[in-house]
Amino acid sequence: MRFYEFEAKRLLAKQRVPLPKGGTAKTAAEAKRLAADLGGPVVLKSQVLSGGRMKAGGVKFADTPEEAEAAAAVILTLPIRDQLPVCVSVEAKAAVQKEYYLGVTFDAVAKLPVMIVSDMGGIDIEEVAETHPQHVAKGHFSTLIPFTDFRAKEVVASLGLKGGELTAVTGVLTRLVRTFLAYDLTLAEINPLGQLDDGSFAVLDCHLDMEEEARDRHQDVLVELGIGPDETRQGRPPTEFEIRGAQVDAVDHRGVAGRVVEFDGNLGLVIGAGGGSLTIFDAVQKYGGRPANYCEIGGNPSVKKACELTKLILSKPGVDKIAVIMNVVSNTRVDIVARGVIKGVVESGFDPAEKISIFRIPGAWEADGFKILEKYGVEYCDRSVSMSEAARRAVEKVGMP
Amino acid sequence: MSILVDESTTFIIQGITGREAVNMTRECLDYGSQVVGGVTPGRGGRDVYGVPVCDTVKEAVANAGRVDGSVITVPPAFVRDAAFEAIENGIRIIVIVTERVPRYEMAQVLELARLRGTRVIGPNCLGVISPGKSKMGGIGGPAANTRQAYRAGHIGVMSRSGGMTTEISNSLTAAGFGQSTAVSIGGDPLIGSTYAELMPLFEADAETHAIVIYSEPGGPMDAQLAQWVKENNSRLPIIAFMAGRFMDKMPGMRFGHAGTIVEGKQDTAAEKIRRLQDAGISVAEEISHIPELVRQRLAIGD
Repeated sequence: MRFYEFEAKRLLAKQRVPLPKGGTAKTAAEAKRLAADLGGPVVLKSQVLSGGRMKAGGVKFADTPEEAEAAAAVILTLPIRDQLPVCVSVEAKAAVQKEYYLGVTFDAVAKLPVMIVSDMGGIDIEEVAETHPQHVAKGHFSTLIPFTDFRAKEVVASLGLKGGELTAVTGVLTRLVRTFLAYDLTLAEINPLGQLDDGSFAVLDCHLDMEEEARDRHQDVLVELGIGPDETRQGRPPTEFEIRGAQVDAVDHRGVAGRVVEFDGNLGLVIGAGGGSLTIFDAVQKYGGRPANYCEIGGNPSVKKACELTKLILSKPGVDKIAVIMNVVSNTRVDIVARGVIKGVVESGFDPAEKISIFRIPGAWEADGFKILEKYGVEYCDRSVSMSEAARRAVEKVGMP
Repeated sequence: MSILVDESTTFIIQGITGREAVNMTRECLDYGSQVVGGVTPGRGGRDVYGVPVCDTVKEAVANAGRVDGSVITVPPAFVRDAAFEAIENGIRIIVIVTERVPRYEMAQVLELARLRGTRVIGPNCLGVISPGKSKMGGIGGPAANTRQAYRAGHIGVMSRSGGMTTEISNSLTAAGFGQSTAVSIGGDPLIGSTYAELMPLFEADAETHAIVIYSEPGGPMDAQLAQWVKENNSRLPIIAFMAGRFMDKMPGMRFGHAGTIVEGKQDTAAEKIRRLQDAGISVAEEISHIPELVRQRLAIGD
């Protein structure tokens, strides 16, 4: 779960990480007032959940409050990757003499948290690591032994930093690690950390991601930031359809039936499980089909859940047919999914034989499942038909554009 | 032969009295696995299909005499404690089934496991099966379904998706290729055993003749495998299937497993396929093409 930059800065402020003076504005007039209060050149930044804001025109500089007002007016109405900003940040602009990169994340190969520091901040760290590996220093730290500052100091020192720079950057890195640990973050990045002309340091931009699974534990801070449970904070804000999908998944604790992602095609997908859904979605697109949605079912969901998910997908405008496909299932019962899907189609006022293009779920309790499908005249297939072939048949039936 | 589990492997199930765990116990027993105990605090003294339930792992180990492994299927908030309990009681292989375990706590489990020399499979996985010998976890489902999908043979299978472990093994079985061991390695960003970490075990198993892996966008595991293959002159041909190619155009969106997200170029399906192929790994366009690729690669090896 990604934080907006201004939220991330509020979390860093709690650990006393040095930040530029400033605030956020929802209107151009507010931005003008903020700029006037700061009394000097300012930088204005679009608050969206995606990177690449500078390239997209979401970052502007202004020397006067009037210029800030004009810049804010542009930024507030400029979508970046289809997202409008929630607000614009207005911060004092200071002359920067050097930029650093500081990051903390998990290393999935070492299976430990890792600190990453570079004295070539301001650009993509992956690029620096490839082109200038001698300017990147890394250090893992234990999750069993308490973290202490020397770990950060060693990493910073290995870059060749000395004197005041060494102690200042170490201090910021230590606080970044503390932030990472305090909020169950999966990524904490300051890029860049600017060394200003007066020698002081300030976080110019940052990116914090909180572990999705840990949100419940940090309700207090999420409430403080005004982040509600419906805010999925993925690559883009959730659609109404996706929010309803999450509600279907929450009706009971039995299995999964939800996690929908909306697309604009005519073939509704009732698919699973995690890996199966990815495989089927690829296959539908490969055969020229246009999916109306992505979804996941698995872990033996109840009839009710499968039914509600089916109804949700069928309620989406432009959905002509649905395809029900899963990999060979282990713990999900074929008959329960068959019952749920048919119930959902009937309750939506359609004929299952016409609406379900294909049903391909082999595995546990398949004989009982196939009996139900036969009764309703639904085309089904067993494991002798591949997931990909089932997807091809579904695309053929629903017709290509 | 096989890796990780065989007919002599004894294991316990932590969280054995949960609804899904009760089913899993039955399925493992029916398949012939040696489930020698179960643990649920406060439920000591009961039994699940004849398997004695204890309050502590210590007691379960004392009862059974020898316990090689544990399957952990407790709610996410209790996984760290359950895994620590298994590790500190000398259990050598742990399968963590639970999904949604916070990453930092999993890092703690994996760090302690490394210190004590314990092998961890998962989290967010269905377990391990050495067909005809034993299965540890819900992999394959009820015994009859498991026997239909999995046959004893010479292909090692590793998959980030539990369901796709069975789908791929089933397509191999249908084509006459049995499996030495199939491992559902787990769909989380931090897992106990990656492809590259299991390769030396398969390499040392004379009965394994080829490897099939299922992968997804996200994480450095494929790059790690490609590097391992380049550095180790492996005798085993590898065939890979990469799902989620559509995700390359949707950065920042998480699909399916917690670890399945495109955050940088190295996370994309396209980049992973490039790296795997660069290391001499065959990448199948469809699941149904896998058996033919296995046949071709084994024929070249002869």
